[in-house]
Amino acid sequence: MKSTHRAAEPVDEAGPGPQNESNDRALVEARGLTKRFGEFVAVDAINFSIRRGEAFGFLGPNGAGKTSTMRMIAAVSPVTEGRLEVFGTDPATHGAEIRARLGVVPQSDTLDTELTVFENVYIYGRYFGLPGEVLRPRISELLEFVQLAERGDSKVEPLSGGMKRRLTIARALVNEPDLLVLDEPTTGLDPQARHALWDRLYRLKQRGVTLIITTHYMDEAEQLCDRLVVMDQAKIVAEGSPTDLIARYSTREVVELRFPVGVQERIGDRLDGLATRSEVLPDRVLLYTDDGDRTTAEITRRELAPESTVVRRSTLEDVFLRLTGRTLVD
Amino acid sequence: MSAQSLGLRVIPAAVFGRRARSVLERNLFVYKHIWIILFSGFFEPLFYLFAARVGLGQLVGDVRNGSGERIDYAAFVAPALLAASAMNGAVYESTMNIFFKLRYAKVYDGMLATPLGPFDIALGEIGWSLIRGALYAVGFIVVMWVAGLLQSPLAVLGLPAALLIGFAFAGAGMAATSFMRSWQDFDLVNLAILVLFLFSATFYPLSVYPPWLQLVAQLSPLYHGVVLIRSFTLGTLELTLLWHALFLAAMGSVGLAVSAFRLRKLLTP
Repeated sequence: MKSTHRAAEPVDEAGPGPQNESNDRALVEARGLTKRFGEFVAVDAINFSIRRGEAFGFLGPNGAGKTSTMRMIAAVSPVTEGRLEVFGTDPATHGAEIRARLGVVPQSDTLDTELTVFENVYIYGRYFGLPGEVLRPRISELLEFVQLAERGDSKVEPLSGGMKRRLTIARALVNEPDLLVLDEPTTGLDPQARHALWDRLYRLKQRGVTLIITTHYMDEAEQLCDRLVVMDQAKIVAEGSPTDLIARYSTREVVELRFPVGVQERIGDRLDGLATRSEVLPDRVLLYTDDGDRTTAEITRRELAPESTVVRRSTLEDVFLRLTGRTLVD
Repeated sequence: MSAQSLGLRVIPAAVFGRRARSVLERNLFVYKHIWIILFSGFFEPLFYLFAARVGLGQLVGDVRNGSGERIDYAAFVAPALLAASAMNGAVYESTMNIFFKLRYAKVYDGMLATPLGPFDIALGEIGWSLIRGALYAVGFIVVMWVAGLLQSPLAVLGLPAALLIGFAFAGAGMAATSFMRSWQDFDLVNLAILVLFLFSATFYPLSVYPPWLQLVAQLSPLYHGVVLIRSFTLGTLELTLLWHALFLAAMGSVGLAVSAFRLRKLLTP
């Protein structure tokens, strides 16, 4: 009984870092991980490994297989093929033990609308077998942490989208998980709510909680993830830190040119040699270059006369679009 | 960690019990807010009993049981009403309520992210409907006692018998619910319940039927429940009661197993 409310592993004191021995062993390890639903292949033989204390992201368009992967890691969806280890054990045989050490924030809220805010977290803690005397003080802290302390007795229904998400996070933390799994945590939230949530997640990361995040918001991935994989059509197409990926798949800067109506079509080969790579979109031209100022100077010299010229840094979004294409996937 | 995993292997039954208890506790919390609803299930059979005693009883007079003894009509009908209320309570809780939690409220999706598994959920939900059923049964037996309708101290066995009926119907109801696609499907459930309620030797002995119809009626699970409780309240113990109890226990067990299997299939694809 006592062991069920064991505090989180002593990462708090040691802090996340290479000096921590447990860092060497992967918290989640996948080799040839595959998920099929009948004929449909949702996840196609992917490999990845997530270390203790890091924030790991799964990026990809809708239907890329992110959620299926998350559900397998969370031990709620059986692996079709390949090997998956979470905390060094197999979810197929140790599902309950794995789930006991996980916190899950699902894509759509699964809050209990028949219970109050406090009761939601309390009963959820009871599912983990935690006794009431452990839960009550812990829930006060958690509700404080997610800025819902005043709403303890409120029903779930009247809460805003951001509040519901924060409550879901408080609920996911009630068992002091070693690993927090978040599936599109900020989809549908307004900017204030997103930033409030990022702030909380960042604090958790500082406390040594390992985070796994799926998202299709590039700024979210850049803000939160130490390392990430880009998934497309059930496969992993790239892996690395946000800066790595930008360096590898994009240039340092991007010059965006807009031309007056009809001009862009007649530009022809006059853009050649301006940049490492260029992309002609219906409404603008993107020039991927390591020196934006030199490129704009050259544009002026060639008298291309664009309507507007914007020089910006490369972002993950450029990487993402390069890797997964611009075609809409629904 | 190690102590816990060891425990999981050594005492799985105890762990199931503890986990299922938290599902039960969740329902207790919900009904804390809407406890008044719990009463509705108690009044329904009470009104039936009143109708049987004051209304029908005056016209019908006495009925004869299997061995030809005369029995006051209300004493004949009351145990059947107890059986029927155990059935109704269990069916309501395990169909409509479960369907809502399964398809709309996503209560089970939340539960499955914790150490709870489909079997714990099925066990906990059925356990809850049994507790609710037990409350009604106790109340009803007390009313029967006050009204002088209990002819034997064996009537206390009416409580476990009512729980057995509840178990059978909760298991079957939850299993059936896992196959339902929309609220319209529940009309079928209501129809089935009505048929069982009217024709399971509830209001008259089975002997009024021709032999072939008597055989059909014995397929009704409620019939087995009615026989059980009636024997206890009238104080007529027979060895064949074991068969009736066994029928209900088997029905509940199969229902529980099917429910757990279906929940796993639906919720953890």
